[in-house]
Amino acid sequence: MTSATVPGRGSITWTRRRRAAAAVWKQYWSSTQGRAGLIILILFFGVALAAPLISPSSGLDVTQAGGPILHSPTAGYPMGTDEFGRSIWTLFIWGARVSLAVGIAATVVAVGIGTVVGVVAGYAGGRTEGGLMRVTEWFLVIPFLPLAIVLASVLSRSLFTIVLVIGITSWPGIARLLRSQVISVKERTFVERARALGAGNSRIIGRHILPSVMPLIFANLTLTVPIAILSESTLAFLGLGDPLRVSWGQTLQASFDAGATSLGAWWYYIFPGFGIIFVVLAFTMCGRALEAVLNPRLRDR
Amino acid sequence: MSTVEAAGTRGGVGPILSVRDLHVSYETREGPVPAVRGISFDLGPGETLGIAGESGCGKSSMAAAVLRLLPPEAVVSGEVRLDGEDVFAMTPGRLRAVRWTEAAIIFQGAMHALNPVWKVKHQIGEAIELHDPKVAGKTRTRVDELLEQVGLPARRAEAYPHQLSGGQRQRVMIAMALACRPRLLIADEPTTALDVMVQAQVLALLAELQTDLGLAMVFITHDLSVLTSCCRELAIMYAGRIVERGPSHQVFVDPRHPYTRALAAAFPTVGDPRFRKAPLGLPGDPPDPRARPGGCPFTPRCPDAQSECSAEEPNLRVAGPGREAACVLVGRTR
Amino acid sequence: MNPPPSPLLELHDVHVSFTAGKHARSGAPIARAVDGVDLSVDRGEIVALVGESGCGKTTLARAILGLEQPGRGQIRFDGEALPTSSKGLRAYRRRAQMVFQDPTGALNPRQTIYESVAEGLRIHKIDGDEEELVAGALSRSGLRPPEQFFLRYPHEISGGQRQRVVIAGAMALEPALLVADEPVASLDASVRGEILRLMLGLVEQTNIAMLVVTHDLGLAWNIADRVAVMYLGRIVEVGPTEQVLDTPKHPYTEALLSVVPETKRMEQQILQGEPPDPTRVPAGCRFHPRCPALANGEAARLGIAARCESEDPQPISVGPNHAAACHRNTASPAEPPGTAHGT
Repeated sequence: MTSATVPGRGSITWTRRRRAAAAVWKQYWSSTQGRAGLIILILFFGVALAAPLISPSSGLDVTQAGGPILHSPTAGYPMGTDEFGRSIWTLFIWGARVSLAVGIAATVVAVGIGTVVGVVAGYAGGRTEGGLMRVTEWFLVIPFLPLAIVLASVLSRSLFTIVLVIGITSWPGIARLLRSQVISVKERTFVERARALGAGNSRIIGRHILPSVMPLIFANLTLTVPIAILSESTLAFLGLGDPLRVSWGQTLQASFDAGATSLGAWWYYIFPGFGIIFVVLAFTMCGRALEAVLNPRLRDR
Repeated sequence: MSTVEAAGTRGGVGPILSVRDLHVSYETREGPVPAVRGISFDLGPGETLGIAGESGCGKSSMAAAVLRLLPPEAVVSGEVRLDGEDVFAMTPGRLRAVRWTEAAIIFQGAMHALNPVWKVKHQIGEAIELHDPKVAGKTRTRVDELLEQVGLPARRAEAYPHQLSGGQRQRVMIAMALACRPRLLIADEPTTALDVMVQAQVLALLAELQTDLGLAMVFITHDLSVLTSCCRELAIMYAGRIVERGPSHQVFVDPRHPYTRALAAAFPTVGDPRFRKAPLGLPGDPPDPRARPGGCPFTPRCPDAQSECSAEEPNLRVAGPGREAACVLVGRTR
Repeated sequence: MNPPPSPLLELHDVHVSFTAGKHARSGAPIARAVDGVDLSVDRGEIVALVGESGCGKTTLARAILGLEQPGRGQIRFDGEALPTSSKGLRAYRRRAQMVFQDPTGALNPRQTIYESVAEGLRIHKIDGDEEELVAGALSRSGLRPPEQFFLRYPHEISGGQRQRVVIAGAMALEPALLVADEPVASLDASVRGEILRLMLGLVEQTNIAMLVVTHDLGLAWNIADRVAVMYLGRIVEVGPTEQVLDTPKHPYTEALLSVVPETKRMEQQILQGEPPDPTRVPAGCRFHPRCPALANGEAARLGIAARCESEDPQPISVGPNHAAACHRNTASPAEPPGTAHGT
């Protein structure tokens, strides 16, 4: 046994982690659902990020709009124009930025709060758990729309408010899910072994509990984002969103106000609508594929 | 037919269970995995056969194969006759009729096989009513009768499984198995996970039922010592085949196959000074069905392995009156 | 070499109770899982704690490791009471380690073998080259060459190997006491002997004290120096293995031995019913409702039947270092319990 053949402590873990990650990726990619979802998402994200390069933001300015009013799609305006003559394509790609950003930000907020509450409640047990779960349930029963309306009127109408509203109403579900997972992991023998070896609470949570529930968090994350996007679109459609920001929901609201349905200007609402549908679908497909990869029991059936 | 197999017909009426060259393998993504590789035995009415083996030896697959309870990815060949009737040739209707009324199984992990949201009386009742809908009105009487037979008070019928102890749940499983008066009982690890005293109770119960009802029994376990007291004949399974067979006490006390010797040594006799501070075990592990070595599968772990052992797998050969062992050393003087 | 002044581990009148149900309510039944246990384990000896499920042996093992708090009584390790602070407990855990019944569940499926064994070393910040220490622990556990196992995951090795990993993880800390809870019950029969031989070897090489909790009398016969038989929270008989298992002096031990399939010398005494649960401990001798000696009149003939039903027997010396808590052993007025090991 020469030391040259024995890898160092750090590299052992990293070698193994890399191998494990590669295996996960390979498995994920083998799922048609996962592949399709990921490709769609890459397309949308790519378009959203590249928006300034594709079509300058000046295209959103109603005073600078130069196109024909409410015209159906043509070569120059692939998605047609709105009632101000703006290209709907420009609205679409800039709206993607907002919808996606809000969806992700709100999810991060929700998952962040939910994870902390769920893990602490599940691990601590007793009265701490009881107290935290009562708080969780209180937030759970708050109806989404009335809260949104109240908050929108009390706070300024901005993206921040939207993120806040969605985050506050989404975290309880995650907290409950995590709490029950943590409780079941907590009882497993390897956690007791860690305790018997002398590990303290922070080590047990950090090295044993969190890694075990992380896959669940991750899969949940990919399924929460589409819900957040839909919520944002709903709020924007109802006029509660940031009036200065173009998002898909806001475009839908504008189309409604402009009477696009009765005027037959289908391009005004179809494209943002499809945008929402496809992104939501893509996230869901990715989430499902991820779940199957990370939970082997779901795989072969 | 060897002398041992002919013994199964001693009942005079023909064996109640007859297995010939049974093979079971499972289709997996990596290819077929052989679990059972040619098992043959006979069991006469009222007789007991013990099958001993560890994980991966194929004993549970064999038990499930008898009543065609294997999953769809299992490939089965060979012949199984229940009271003369070919099980693999039965129509689904006939099979359903035969299951439980001719032969019943008590599964491994039976304690978890009870439905947690149904009361005991309903679960036993279900077994009864599935096979004889006419009896519906008198189910409860029969349930009480069965519970009494297994030594449980009748009021236990009102309990849910989680309200019963391990031993009691096992008795309920036995009661369910007896519900349709089968003539053959296949018990797959019925006393594993039970305490020694409760195990003794259940074994005594099974012995009593066997005498009272004339049940034939196949008793499958890894605990060799249990089999010597309740089974007349013993078969040891390793890597999907029977490697030794004979009268149970003789096989335990004077094994002819090195694996049997090692397995018997794993259950030390309390009071025997030879076992004091001298644990005896085998190196390595029972072979993984997916990757078995060529030749005799026991070679890597065998203390008496010869050079010819890895070349060819030995068949069962006569090792004494009514005894067989699949080892090249059988018959050779040491 | 002078023998140490007192046994490494000493238990005096230890009691551990649970209230059935999550939240304590007045009137809720109390489960007296461990109901007054005296026991000692010395360096270099293997004590088997034998009993059926529900007798409290696992609870006792966990109390010894500080995973449960005794309500009454004292546990002394190396002359000092068990610490209660988290810092003290952590230091204690370096010296008293545990081997679990289910090796598959005991290893984190997401950690490599290396990480599982190194965990203890990292928690206690043990000095030295971590890799060497892990390799040493694995190879002393019989896993050779150890490097081959570093990157493997628990599901890639066999049950016996997993248990060796658990043992390696415990022994890496060089503890003075090892508590093994049913160490081979989940393993295949042909594999058990090797693990037991490993444990025997460890005791011989390191002079570690070992407490093996098991229901398997054969295992006790195989490797234990002394046997303590537990029933419903009490030790009913304790002494050298040959004496307790060859010439038992308590009816429960006799009954257990009689139903172990490997002992053919006795007539089987199959006790009826199940062990009563620890929330309803019978009055008098806790074994008397199921005691064959009481049921078949032997107790009456000895004139102790009334005492069996009313008086809780204390351990009575029946031989050198051998004691049994049964009124049968007091034909003469009760002798005070000896102060020798185990009584």
